[in-house]
Amino acid sequence: MLTQISIGQSIISQYFEFSEVNWERVYEASLETIYMTFVSVIAVFFLGIILGLILFETGEKNNLFSKIIHQVVAFFVNIFRSIPFIILIVLLIPFTKELVGSMTGPTAGLPALILASAPFYGRLVETGFREIDRGVIEAAESMGANKAEIILKVLIPESLPSIIAGITTTTISLVGYTAMAGVIGAGGLGNLAYLEGFQRSQPTVTLVATILILILVFIIQTIGDLLVNRIDKR
Amino acid sequence: MITLNHINKTYEGKRHSVTAVDDVSLSVDEGEIYGIIGYSGAGKSTLIRMLNGLEQPTTGDVLINGENLNHLSRKELRERRQKIGMIFQHFNLLWSRTVKENILLPLEIANVPQGERDSKAEELIGLVGLKGREDAYPSQLSGGQKQRVGIARALANDPEVLLCDEATSSLDPQTTEDVLDLLVDINRRLNLTIVVITHEMNVIRKICKRVAVMEAGNIIEEGDVVDIFKNPQNQATKRFIRQDTDPDSENTDDIFEKLIQEFPNGQLLHLRFHGGSTQSPIISKISRDYEVDINIIQGNIQSTQETLLGSLYVQILGDKENIKQAIDEFKRMNVETEEVNNVDAD
Repeated sequence: MLTQISIGQSIISQYFEFSEVNWERVYEASLETIYMTFVSVIAVFFLGIILGLILFETGEKNNLFSKIIHQVVAFFVNIFRSIPFIILIVLLIPFTKELVGSMTGPTAGLPALILASAPFYGRLVETGFREIDRGVIEAAESMGANKAEIILKVLIPESLPSIIAGITTTTISLVGYTAMAGVIGAGGLGNLAYLEGFQRSQPTVTLVATILILILVFIIQTIGDLLVNRIDKR
Repeated sequence: MITLNHINKTYEGKRHSVTAVDDVSLSVDEGEIYGIIGYSGAGKSTLIRMLNGLEQPTTGDVLINGENLNHLSRKELRERRQKIGMIFQHFNLLWSRTVKENILLPLEIANVPQGERDSKAEELIGLVGLKGREDAYPSQLSGGQKQRVGIARALANDPEVLLCDEATSSLDPQTTEDVLDLLVDINRRLNLTIVVITHEMNVIRKICKRVAVMEAGNIIEEGDVVDIFKNPQNQATKRFIRQDTDPDSENTDDIFEKLIQEFPNGQLLHLRFHGGSTQSPIISKISRDYEVDINIIQGNIQSTQETLLGSLYVQILGDKENIKQAIDEFKRMNVETEEVNNVDAD
């Protein structure tokens, strides 16, 4: 019994060897994670809204052209949503090399991050547009609004809570993806946890990386919730 | 002002096509309030959407102020729509905009300069009686207030025509009354042509000058509201009128049935009075002159925009010959008289 307790203690104490932690590396890795998340979120936000608009606008029409566009876009969206992220990164390595010039470092993580998240977010945006009362769009049409006015003055403002809530969810899953990308060599907290925490058997480093990622996720969720509450006047 | 020429609208389905509007022709004069009544599925919603080009007829022409909507380009049609306001059953306000911002929307779409927009919106808020609620969001308003915003929004670009798509159908009776008063007020003040579609005959009676009754895509009866109320030709029209004059019609039917059984010698009549005859003591005079007893079963008096309309269900008891003479006298006195012999007839 005594030996069992001492084993338990030694397991726990492994997580508190703070002398193992190179805080400068932790700081760098955090910045890399924030960089990858931030840049890809911005790209995903705009791409997702464009994808959402295309899916929404072509989804309701009955003409052949719209149907074909819808089918093609929906096909690619579904494909990229279905590929497991870790496989997608590996799959994209030649493409990334060509585009970024390297297959390691935070920037090399971006193509895969964006390609994996934009289709997912595009679907969320489309759902947001679909939730808008058809009558409100009809009212704008009856006032003589053109497509651009309907998109900018009706579709986006009226679905803004869904758009914001959607980008919050997407950002959080992106943080998770950056960690996976880190294992492949994109840097960031995932990279830190894998290289220093796992390969050098320093559980404390892994714990620190975990806590930092959790803090990042909590901050993102809180900002998202506050924004949604602020703008939702329904 | 508005002319519809032989309008047809067919929706092509996978198996079979559906005809929503079947050879409808009608015309609406400038400054009049024109009503179209029908049950859901009668084609009236499709019809009103053709008046601003939200729906295109399969065949036939829609002319507004002499201009054929079907011949306009998309851009021209959008510009034309700015002069045709529309209000809706579910108001269709933007929840993300305040009262004032909702009213500003059509002005933004019409590219009205900023300063002008603001003063126009303020003026409209005053017109519909929403002063002080400019900065409220639709979720903070009652149904009646929401429809007032809808009306203000529809009037923003000084339209020539206002289309009302079941505009009072989701409002309670008192609020309906207020909104109808507002529509009549606007119609008089701005000489605005208004087309109303509804399934409620009281809306037609209170504000319309003329009415078309629609059933299964066809107009089955059309004319002045007073004439239609005085002398409806069609079963559906009679049902609509009775829904307005005698909301408890099932109750009345039960009483009829009992009275017919109890007094086989009596005669049930449905009398329709209008104008002066609503205010003179015809019943007691006839009762005295022809020595008949008159038993009043159900009655009411209602006003239209032009005149008063009375409806009275009575039973006449007495000598057969006297009853016949009394009925003739009713007819001579300009009372529309209909003999009710079985309950389903009316």
